[in-house]
Amino acid sequence: MNPSTSNPSTSNPSTSTDAASPVKGAKPEAMQTLEVSDNEATVGKCFTDKPKMSMRNVNVFYEDKQAIHDVSVDIAKNEVIAMIGPSGCGKSTFLRSLNRMNDTVEGCRVEGKICMDGEDLYAPKLDVVELRARVGMVFQKPNPFPKSIYDNVAYGPKLHGLADSRVDLDEIVEKSLRKASLWDEVKERLHQAGTGLSGGQQQRLCIARAIAVSPEVILMDEPCSALDPIATAKIEELIEELSQNFTIAIVTHSMQQAARVSHRTAYFHLGRLIEVNPTEQVFTMPAHRLTEAYITGRFG
Amino acid sequence: MSKPVNNLEKIRKSLNRRNRAEKRFRWYGLVAVLIGLAAVAVLFTDIISKGHGAFRITYMQLEVNYDQDLIGINNLTDPEQLMLGDWQAIPKVALRNQFPDVSGRKDKRNLYKLVSNGAGFDLKDRLLANPLLLGTSETIWVLTDDDIDTYYKSWLDGEPYAARLSDKQVTWIHELHDEGKIRLQFNSNLFTRGDSREPEQAGIRGAVMGSLLTLILTLLLSFPIGVSAAIYLEEFAPKNGWTDFIEVNINNLAAVPSIIFGLLGLAIFINFFHIPRSVPIVGGLVLTLMTLPTIIITSRAAIKSVPPSIREAALGMGASKYQMVLHHVLPLALPGMLTGAIIGMAQALGESAPLLMIGMVAFIVDIPGGFSDPATVLPVQIFLWADSPERAFIEKTSAAIMVLLSFLIIMNTSAVWLRKRLERRW
Repeated sequence: MNPSTSNPSTSNPSTSTDAASPVKGAKPEAMQTLEVSDNEATVGKCFTDKPKMSMRNVNVFYEDKQAIHDVSVDIAKNEVIAMIGPSGCGKSTFLRSLNRMNDTVEGCRVEGKICMDGEDLYAPKLDVVELRARVGMVFQKPNPFPKSIYDNVAYGPKLHGLADSRVDLDEIVEKSLRKASLWDEVKERLHQAGTGLSGGQQQRLCIARAIAVSPEVILMDEPCSALDPIATAKIEELIEELSQNFTIAIVTHSMQQAARVSHRTAYFHLGRLIEVNPTEQVFTMPAHRLTEAYITGRFG
Repeated sequence: MSKPVNNLEKIRKSLNRRNRAEKRFRWYGLVAVLIGLAAVAVLFTDIISKGHGAFRITYMQLEVNYDQDLIGINNLTDPEQLMLGDWQAIPKVALRNQFPDVSGRKDKRNLYKLVSNGAGFDLKDRLLANPLLLGTSETIWVLTDDDIDTYYKSWLDGEPYAARLSDKQVTWIHELHDEGKIRLQFNSNLFTRGDSREPEQAGIRGAVMGSLLTLILTLLLSFPIGVSAAIYLEEFAPKNGWTDFIEVNINNLAAVPSIIFGLLGLAIFINFFHIPRSVPIVGGLVLTLMTLPTIIITSRAAIKSVPPSIREAALGMGASKYQMVLHHVLPLALPGMLTGAIIGMAQALGESAPLLMIGMVAFIVDIPGGFSDPATVLPVQIFLWADSPERAFIEKTSAAIMVLLSFLIIMNTSAVWLRKRLERRW
């Protein structure tokens, strides 16, 4: 199943192989190696002792199509876990099932067990409103509400009744904006439209909005994919700071980003979780041939 | 080696063809736009040229005497005396004094026809408003008959139309004109009175009030119902065969000829629920049925155009579906919904066919004061006047059309303005 001979170039991962056009004759073989069998278990350290969130045998379906196959993994408290993988590998789908955003997708079905602090998130009596206050989310495209900067950040606390007074609310807004390192840039224009900010500022505003309700976990779905390198660097810096207080799961297309910000990295492939290991190990000594093939840029 | 050169030649050839096709296409478009504009221009020129005259009407100056014996009245507070009083005698006597040479029954009758047959009642109203005038005389401008009005206007325009006047009447008018005792004044009657069989006394106030009452009811009913239906269908309804069926039917309803809604209203509201005929309640209900599909469809489109990222952001913050709709979707969709509602209202304002079916086509002189008073509406009033034989109604019809069109223009402009004003960008 896994003939090491099929990929001669695995021996020198440093070469920037052009994945799109390998040698003509090698193509069928190369394709073959990208397949993954049903009973192949995830490689690496999936589980921790005291997980913040634990997922067991998670399957996600869109109508009849299965998007996630039997994924089991833990996320530890205050860790940053990066989820990487080629397009369509199910990493975003998996992320969105962690705060039940998939509930809003017609025909989407989640099987298996997803727990936070031992509590089943898919239990019938659990209210998604409470869940989403505990598990915040930052989306791929910055999506501030078409309201003022202040109102954007104040929305969550108002919604959940977290502020007792106007002063309280002001404080929460300032604290959240400071944590998102946006305060200095916007303190003079808190009551101007949030949509008037630059892309990077908008995304930091979205992060401020998410942390204003003090969630325990923050899910980030490719938060930098619409941003330029400078804005990306700021967000990455921010993620590092936030990891002191929050547990963060981040989906990213950029392997460099995963390497820079995360403690552990999970590699997804065609809906399966292939490998989970400390980030350093994944990028220096990948345990699985597919992980290696992906991080060396042979496909993706 | 010659192949690339050949390709280049081919491309150049096809380029010419493509450029010509594009030019032609642009011309088609331009011509289409010009035809449309020309049609609008012709329409407006025609209506305005016919209707502008109706905003002025001919008055003549008479020396009237509020003689108690002549009218047969001595107490202005006695309703019976007021009712039996010979009010028309006042202008008649005044006319005889103005033209003392006129004698003979026929000539006198022609002479009396110079003033409107409502002139006496106008003078009565004036007397009631100023009781001290009783027994005195004054010089006053009195409304003329519509035939005099038509002739005088056409004569001023250089194309006298005297078909319905005798030679003597024409002479009298010219005498009055030479003495400066006949003139055109602003026609306030047009805006303050209800319908009348006499063109010079007919106004659109009744129809405007009827339209207003009907539209208020239509808006109050169709906007909340339409918006609620749209929100439910877009945000809450499960996507299944039933909702597809409902969607198809709503779209079909929007295309149902409006007279069918009139028949429906006749069968349900009048024959089954026994609501009286000709009243704005029934009109409003029928027009609600008619505008509902329009409002539902435009509201759904407005809701659909709210970007999904905003919904996700709200849900991701822990907003419930109801809060997501109320806090984010509705404010963003509101401009579109309002535009739809105003356009629906404009449609309802211009509608006459369904109202014919429920009796709002009746000849109603009184100005309706409430939702249960018999009324007619502007387009039906236009239909009624266009159907009337008197020549003076031609310009009245056009004037009513101008009023209706200006209401429609105001409504559509406000729709655009509202959308611009409330629109938020993201």
